[in-house]
Amino acid sequence: MSQSYNRGLIEDFGRWKEFSAGMWAWIFHKFTGWMLIGYLFTHIAVLSTAIGAANGQMMMVGGEEVNVFTGTIQGLEGLFIVRVLEVGLLAVAVFHILNGVRLLMVDLGIGLESQDKSFYASLILTGAITVASVPTFLSGVGF
Amino acid sequence: MSTQQQEQPDTQEAPADPEMKGAESPQQERLEKKEQGLAEAESVDESDVEGESVHLKVFRYDPEVSGKQEPRFDEFHVPFEKGMTVLDALIFARDEFDSSLTFRHSCRQAICGSDAFFINGSQRLGCKTQISALQQPIRVEPLPHQEVVKDLVVDMDHFYDQMHAVEPYFQQEDLPEGELEEQRQDRENREKVKMSTRCIWCGACMSSCNIAAGDNQYLGPAAINKAYKFAMDEREDEEIKEHRLRILEQEHGVWRCQTQFSCTEVCPKDIPLTEHIQELKREAVKKNLKFW
Ligand code: HEM
Ligand code: SF4
Ligand code: FES
Repeated sequence: MSQSYNRGLIEDFGRWKEFSAGMWAWIFHKFTGWMLIGYLFTHIAVLSTAIGAANGQMMMVGGEEVNVFTGTIQGLEGLFIVRVLEVGLLAVAVFHILNGVRLLMVDLGIGLESQDKSFYASLILTGAITVASVPTFLSGVGF
Repeated sequence: MSTQQQEQPDTQEAPADPEMKGAESPQQERLEKKEQGLAEAESVDESDVEGESVHLKVFRYDPEVSGKQEPRFDEFHVPFEKGMTVLDALIFARDEFDSSLTFRHSCRQAICGSDAFFINGSQRLGCKTQISALQQPIRVEPLPHQEVVKDLVVDMDHFYDQMHAVEPYFQQEDLPEGELEEQRQDRENREKVKMSTRCIWCGACMSSCNIAAGDNQYLGPAAINKAYKFAMDEREDEEIKEHRLRILEQEHGVWRCQTQFSCTEVCPKDIPLTEHIQELKREAVKKNLKFW
């Protein structure tokens, strides 16, 4: 056997249709975990305008002069896209928490035989909570 | 397998053993469930495919023939027979159409572990997979994440290395007195390791594991399961178990497992691999956390 053929990773992502529940759970958990980290940084960036506000920095929002903290928050909350992103953030956080609880159960060896069902349950619950949150998040911009 | 077998009735069906039923041990339940599953698998449109041909798409590669160095898929149309497995179809294709078609097989009854292939996108034993339970065309490929030697034959060396890395042999030093004395295992303990003993070294689990694909040093589900069999065996002393756990808790050991359940899903012997890996993780933590 002088030679052999390495098929590499071609059979991985191209085969997403064949992924099982546990695999999807893993992919989504990674994705949502890193999204949350990403949000953490934006969150810190936005909140840190409070430093400027504490130093008396002001800005104009809709003809009114407000401090930079309030101005930044109001400016962001006034954008439709930011509201949509907030719905997305909730979805990501809810899924991460529900699936996180599922993973903790798996770590404890509880209910291993229904690991796929608990993943589907996390998905459905995430969907339901996200949909239910839409009116709250979009009030004042879209609705 | 030849065409004369057409008259032979039901040779491949699971024997309906009356003694297996009735009693209510978990094993019996499992067997019953399995038979049900088998019956379902076999009842899938059997009448539809009967008398028709099976459409196979088989991965081909041969480094020694210049025209075959570029991997490709070959198509075969094999006459269907009741109870035909993917292995049967491959054997027919090889014997009747293309004698160069290469794949490993031996027992044809899911016990030698040599014919794990990537069939319609998942790792299965050719001899344990009913054609009637699959969608056609049936795509047969070598196991992913292993180097292809030829056609469906992959290089298993790395898998075997990992299996041996966990010291898969009994290491008890203190033997019972008396020449004819045996090292007895009690029933509960035997029951605990029972499923883990069933591994046939087919490599399906390792091939399905996304972590093993990315980390070549990861022990992999089969090796960890093998270690479980010994670590959970109460006949070995506590120090030996600790030694085993030390091997398992290394960087490329149990902690690499991300509980994707891929291995558990493909294992043809229904070994609860993820469960065993998780249990060893807990054992490793318990060993290191000694407050009491
Ligand atoms: C109640 C809330 C949360 C729960 C129950 C939870 C649960 C978990 C669990 C169990 C894991 C391990 C996954 C595994 O075993 O593979 C994990 C991973 C992770 N979590 Fe969370 N988590 C929560 C909140 C958060 C938050 C707020 C963040 C971000 C700021 C976060 C970021 C991450 C990241 C980055 C990972 C690693 C993902 C990876 O690369 O595998 N989590 N989480
Ligand atoms: S654990 Fe199951 S899938 Fe893995 S090698 Fe053993 S029999 Fe095959
Ligand atoms: S031929 Fe032995 S396991 Fe399939």
